Amino acid sequence: MRAGETNRHLTGWLLASPLTLVLIFFLVLPIAMIVVVSFWQATEFSIIPAFSWENYDFLFGSPVTYRVFGNTIKYALIVWVFTLGIGFTVAYFLAFHVRTQTWQIALFLLCTIPFWTSNIIRMISWIPFLGRNGLANSALISAGITDEPLDWLLYSDFSVILAFVHLYTLFMVVPIFNTMMRIDKSLIEAAYDGGASGFQTLTNVIIPLCKPGIMIGTIFVVTLVMGDFVTVRFMSGSQSANVGRLIQNDIALLQYPSASATAVVLLVTVLMVIGILLRFVDIRKEL
Amino acid sequence: MTKQTLSRRTLLKGAAAAGAASAFPAPMIWAQNIKDVTLRQFGTGVSNLNEVGQKVKEDLGFTLEMTALDSDAVTQRAATQPGSFDIADIEYWICKKVWPTGNLQAMDVSKIKNYDKIVGIFKDGKLTPESTIAQGTAPHTVGFTDGPDGTTFASEQTNWMTLIPTIYNADTLGIRPDLIGRPIDTWAELLNPEFKGKASILDISSIGIMDAAMVCEAMGEIAYGDKGNMTREEIDKTMAIFTEAKKAGQFRAFWKTFDESVNLMASGEVVIQSMWSPAITAVKSRGIDCVYQPLKEGYRSWGGGIGLSKNLSGLELDAAYEYINWYLDGWVGGFLMRQGYYSAVPETSKDYMTENEWGYWFEGKEATDTITNPFGDAMAKAGEVRDGGSFEERMGSVACWNAVMDENQYMVRKWNEFIAA
Repeated sequence: MRAGETNRHLTGWLLASPLTLVLIFFLVLPIAMIVVVSFWQATEFSIIPAFSWENYDFLFGSPVTYRVFGNTIKYALIVWVFTLGIGFTVAYFLAFHVRTQTWQIALFLLCTIPFWTSNIIRMISWIPFLGRNGLANSALISAGITDEPLDWLLYSDFSVILAFVHLYTLFMVVPIFNTMMRIDKSLIEAAYDGGASGFQTLTNVIIPLCKPGIMIGTIFVVTLVMGDFVTVRFMSGSQSANVGRLIQNDIALLQYPSASATAVVLLVTVLMVIGILLRFVDIRKEL
Repeated sequence: MTKQTLSRRTLLKGAAAAGAASAFPAPMIWAQNIKDVTLRQFGTGVSNLNEVGQKVKEDLGFTLEMTALDSDAVTQRAATQPGSFDIADIEYWICKKVWPTGNLQAMDVSKIKNYDKIVGIFKDGKLTPESTIAQGTAPHTVGFTDGPDGTTFASEQTNWMTLIPTIYNADTLGIRPDLIGRPIDTWAELLNPEFKGKASILDISSIGIMDAAMVCEAMGEIAYGDKGNMTREEIDKTMAIFTEAKKAGQFRAFWKTFDESVNLMASGEVVIQSMWSPAITAVKSRGIDCVYQPLKEGYRSWGGGIGLSKNLSGLELDAAYEYINWYLDGWVGGFLMRQGYYSAVPETSKDYMTENEWGYWFEGKEATDTITNPFGDAMAKAGEVRDGGSFEERMGSVACWNAVMDENQYMVRKWNEFIAA
C-alpha cells in the first residue's frame, strides 16, 4: 500500500517533468534573466552587471512612459471592441445561420485564407491602398464624396487600428465559434418556446454560454496588440509609439537593461489585465 | 560549405596542422588552401553586394559570404556577437560604439598596398591641405589606434588603422521638384509650413539628429558649438523645435529603411525628406523626378570601412589582408562610384571606369553618353551633370559627419520622446 502510493507520486512527477523542464528552460529562465538584466546598467558598448534602480527610475519618471503605456492600452481597448463585435457576428453567422456542416467548414476555412500570407504582407498591402494617391482616396474623389485626398487614412491611429483589426479578428472568431458550436441547440429552442425574443435569447442564453470563448479571444487579442510593434511602426509611419516600439528602440540602440525594464513593466501590465479578465470567467470550469 | 568550414577549423586549430603550417613556407600553404577559406562579412546594404562576393571568388579564389543588415543591426552584431563574423563593414560613427568592445583588431598599415593613395579625409581629415575639418565624428578621428591591441583612438596617424576606409558620400535632402515647383536651397525648408504633412526625416537617431541640427542651424534658431557633439541644452532645443513641428503635423511619416524612403517619395506621400543617394536613384528609375538637392549650408557626410574580427588569425587573416588590398585596388571602387558613392582610393577606380563615367561621377562634367549604374539601369542622359558637381565641390562642402556624441544616451532618450510625442 505504502509502496504503491510513493510509486504513484513518482509516476506523477515523472509524467509532469518533461513539460516542467521545458517551461523552466524556455519560459521561467528567460523571464528571470530579463528581470535580472533590468536592474543592470549599460553604456554604448558594455553592460554593467550591478544592481541599480536607474532603469525603473527613468521609466517611471518620464512622461513619455505614461503616454506610451496609455497609447498601448488605448490601441488594445479599441481593437478589442472592434474584433469582438466583428468576431462575434462572424461566429454567430457561421454557427447559427449556416445550416450544413459542410458549408460551415467551407466558410470557416475561407476566413483563414488571409492567414496563408505573412502578417507583414497583409499589413503592408494597406499602405498603397490608403495612401494619399491610393485606391481609397481616388475612389472617394471620383465618387465625389471628397474634394481632396484624406490624409488621415494612412500614417494615423486610424490606419494602425484598421490593420490591427484586420490582423487579429480571426483570433476572436475561432474561440467564439468553438464555444457556440458546443451550445446545445435545444437550449435555444427552449428559450423560443418560453417566449423569448431573438435578442433576449442572444443576451440571456448565447452570450453567457460564449463567455469562455470571448475571454480566450480577448486574451489573444489584448496580448497580441500590446506586444505588437511592427504594425504600429509601419502603419503609423513611425509617428506613434506603443510599448513594443519603446523596447525595440532600446534594443536597437543596445540599451538592453532599459529594454528589459520596460519589458518587465509591460509583462506585469499584461498579467494584470489577464488576471482581471480571469476574474470574470473560470475558464477551466467552462471548458 | 560545412566541409570547407571543417577543413578550415582543422587547419587552424588542429595541432598537427599547425605544426605542418610552420614547417612549410607560407606561399605554398596559401596556394593549397586558399579555396578552403570562407570569410563572413556583414554590413549595411549599401556595400554588401553579391557582385563583390562573386568577384572575390573569381579574383582571389576564396569565398566571401555577405550579410546585409540595417545600421542598428550592424552595430548590435559587431558589439555583441564577435564570433559571428570575420569582416565587419561598418560606418565610422558606429566604430565609436564598437571599437571599445575589443571585438575588432587593428590593421597593420604597412600591409596596405595603396595606403598612400587613400584620400586625406580618412588620414588627417583634410581633403586638400587648406580645407577645414567638418564637425561630428570625422573618420580620421576614429581611424587610428595606438597599437595592435589598442582600444582607444589615436589622435593622429599611426601604423594601426581601426577600419580601412572603403566608401563614403555627402548626404543632403531629397526633393520632388515636380511637386514643389520652386528652387530649394536650404536645409531650413524641411520645416517650412508650406510642406506641412509632406515632409519626412529618418528615424535613426544618430543620423536624424544631425539632419535636425542642420535644419535648426539653417533656420537660425540654434548656433551649435559642435553639431557632432552637442550639449544637453542643444539637444533639448533641437528636439523641442522638431517636436513642435511634429505636433503641428509637419511630418507625414518617419522612415527607417531604404525602401521606406523610396516608397514615401515615389508615392508622393512626401515631397521633401532626408534621403540617401541610391534611394534617389531608385525613385528616378521608376520614371519619377527626384533631386538630391545641394544646399547652401553644405552636406551631412558619412564614411564606411572594413574592420577585422579579433578572431581572425593565420591563413584567414592573410586572406583578409589580400581582400582589403583587392578592395582598394579599384574594381570595387569603380562599382561603388558608378552608384554615386566615392571610393576611398579614387585614382585606382579610374582604371575601371570609362572616361565618360569618370567625368560624370568624379569630375562633375557633363555626361557625353548615357550613364548607367552597375546593374545596367540608366542614371543620366548625355548632357546631364551630377547634382552637386565634382568630388572636390561635394566633399569640400561637408558641414558635419554622422556622429556619436558624448551625450549619446541622453540624445537617444530625447529622440525616443520625440518619436513618441
